[in-house]
Amino acid sequence: MENLIALLVAAPLLGAAVLLCGGRRLDRVGHVIGTALAFASFGIAVGLFVDMLGRSTEDRSLHQHLFSWIPVGGFQADIAFQLDQLSMTFVLLITGVGSLIHVYSMGYMEHDERRRRFFAYLNLFLAAMLILVIADNYLLLYVGWEGVGLASYLLIGFWQHKPSAATAAKKAFLVNRVGDIGLSIAIMLMFTTFGTFAFGGVLEATGETGEGKLTAIGLMLLLAACGKSAQVPLQSWLGDAMEGPTPVSALIHAATMVTAGVYLIVRSGTIFNAAPDAQLAVVIVGAVTLLFGAIVGCAKDDIKKALAGSTMSQIGYMIMAAGLGPIGYAFAIMHLVTHGFFKAGLFLGAGSVMHGMNDEVDMRKYGGLRKYMPVTFVTFGLGYLAIIGFPGLSGFWSKDKIIEAAFAYDDGIRGWIFGGVALLGAGITAFYMTRVMIMTFFGEKRWQPDAAGNEPHPHESPKSMTIPMIVLAFGSVFAGGLFSLNEAFVKWLEPVTEFHHPHPVISVPAITASTVVVLLLGAGLAYLQYGRRPVPVTPPKGSLLTRAARRDLLQDDFNHVVLVRGGEHLTRSLVYVDHSLVDGVVNGTAAGFGGLSGRLRRLQNGFARSYAVSMFGGTAILIAATLLMRAV
Amino acid sequence: MNPVNYLYLAALLFSIGATGVLIRRNAIVLFMCVELMLNACNLALVAFSRMHGNLDGQIIAFFTMVVAAAEVVVGLAIIVSLFRSRHSASVDDASLMKL
Repeated sequence: MENLIALLVAAPLLGAAVLLCGGRRLDRVGHVIGTALAFASFGIAVGLFVDMLGRSTEDRSLHQHLFSWIPVGGFQADIAFQLDQLSMTFVLLITGVGSLIHVYSMGYMEHDERRRRFFAYLNLFLAAMLILVIADNYLLLYVGWEGVGLASYLLIGFWQHKPSAATAAKKAFLVNRVGDIGLSIAIMLMFTTFGTFAFGGVLEATGETGEGKLTAIGLMLLLAACGKSAQVPLQSWLGDAMEGPTPVSALIHAATMVTAGVYLIVRSGTIFNAAPDAQLAVVIVGAVTLLFGAIVGCAKDDIKKALAGSTMSQIGYMIMAAGLGPIGYAFAIMHLVTHGFFKAGLFLGAGSVMHGMNDEVDMRKYGGLRKYMPVTFVTFGLGYLAIIGFPGLSGFWSKDKIIEAAFAYDDGIRGWIFGGVALLGAGITAFYMTRVMIMTFFGEKRWQPDAAGNEPHPHESPKSMTIPMIVLAFGSVFAGGLFSLNEAFVKWLEPVTEFHHPHPVISVPAITASTVVVLLLGAGLAYLQYGRRPVPVTPPKGSLLTRAARRDLLQDDFNHVVLVRGGEHLTRSLVYVDHSLVDGVVNGTAAGFGGLSGRLRRLQNGFARSYAVSMFGGTAILIAATLLMRAV
Repeated sequence: MNPVNYLYLAALLFSIGATGVLIRRNAIVLFMCVELMLNACNLALVAFSRMHGNLDGQIIAFFTMVVAAAEVVVGLAIIVSLFRSRHSASVDDASLMKL
């Protein structure tokens, strides 16, 4: 079975190559080829999964060594894959959700003339993401990491004729680059510290390494995770990334790529376990982002941007759980998987709504859509119940566990703080998701004609779009419960990530009860605000916080003022110093000698007698000096 | 007579010559002043030769006289041709060799 691992990557990679090189001849069938190869990859993944289930726990980690990539002395970089329980989980999620979204895109992109290219990029993304999660060393992981970054860039800017999309793609690429620097530094540090960057080698070597170095590596890995997973302070690109086609937002910017940071931290768990300071940093980043994303999500009127804020916030939960150590790793991954289901479903639902509403994204111009789009309404509604953590649905099982683990972070004040933040986040989640739900599907119609004057005629989307939504809705409802049955998911991951039972500062039933109370409060508040009163089509001015949140809590302004302006001032002052000081010294020396020689030139005045004076004077001085030296 | 007095006389003649070179403009006078300085040197050489009791100084004085004679020939020729072209023997008029 080991030999099949490479095929997982090969199938979508082949698809990307064929579709990109095949040219216009494949325009008609390109989407079918792309989807078929995504399903092929999913089929192989399921085969490997069944095979893995049949093995005993110790034998579940499979390895495939393809070839030595860069063998130079002590530097050994291999193209080698490792498929263990953690990778398997990701592979199933990526290929499964990926295949569904391929199917959805067949309907969504039906009328786009560059459809073939779209499917080529999607396949490229799948291949890169699979390399990322099944690599057996950090360098190959980095290849996948950059590959998904490239695919993300290409797909955000897919509608490149829109300047906003082109700018958003550039922004995502640049912000990600900051994080990628963190990953490359981390890999270099690993090589100098451990002498290897294979997962196995790093695992063995961490025990003998000082905490300071591990903390440094951990912080660099965190920087990388911040970039890819849109965590504070590198979060600014995710909202703009919604310029891409909606299936892209669902696959890349909700379900899979943005969770790569969580994978990285969980995969590097041994390093973080030995570096508590780095872990604390991870937890803080997660907690801050959790609230940040939730607050942004509350104020956005663009349905996709509201969901993007929500994604940021949910990934904040995962990052926080991953920072909690062995009590949190399994729950981080569990939330990641359930989030993959319900958030992909929500985005596909949003895409379906936009599809029926002339690509309108402003929720203030929706309203009352539940009668016109029943399937979208039900699947979106189930995703909504799952994300707010309604008891029994997927989000409840995974998010509740993270809140418990956060309360168990530390016996003292830390447990209370981070547990409280997680709980508050759950309340805000309920608020903004209820807001999205009510503004879109309930209330009176606030439809507006689009720029060309066409009245919207909302209608249910074609089967190719609704079927993936229905499948994802099933996942949103049942996945969490299935995973929690007999702690199946935790036991499945335990050999890779370790697991300790959390011991929260307050009892587990009390936490569950307060989670439910908080979510009811949040949803109730949203109902009072948006359900009982009519929603104005033009947004009201709003409080200071609302206005800040509409501008993404001033993150771009912050970046502009601190980084852009700061950088400009820095370069300007450096240029000034260069011009005045460095050039000043050089030019000043030259000018000084020039002036001096100009003066000296005057001595040659053509008068023989003045030359004679010089000679007499010089001789007199020489004689005087000689006599003086004699005397001394 | 004390030979040191010859040295004083040589220094006096040299100073007169040098002063003449520096303050006079007429090329002929300048030329004579240069000769005066040369001959002051000759006097000093002979005086030293006498004081030290060896002939080296006197021999050098002869050489100097020979060279000075040759120099007079060349120098006077230059001055004459200068006077012919410019109708003036002032050295300050011939100040074209400058930047």
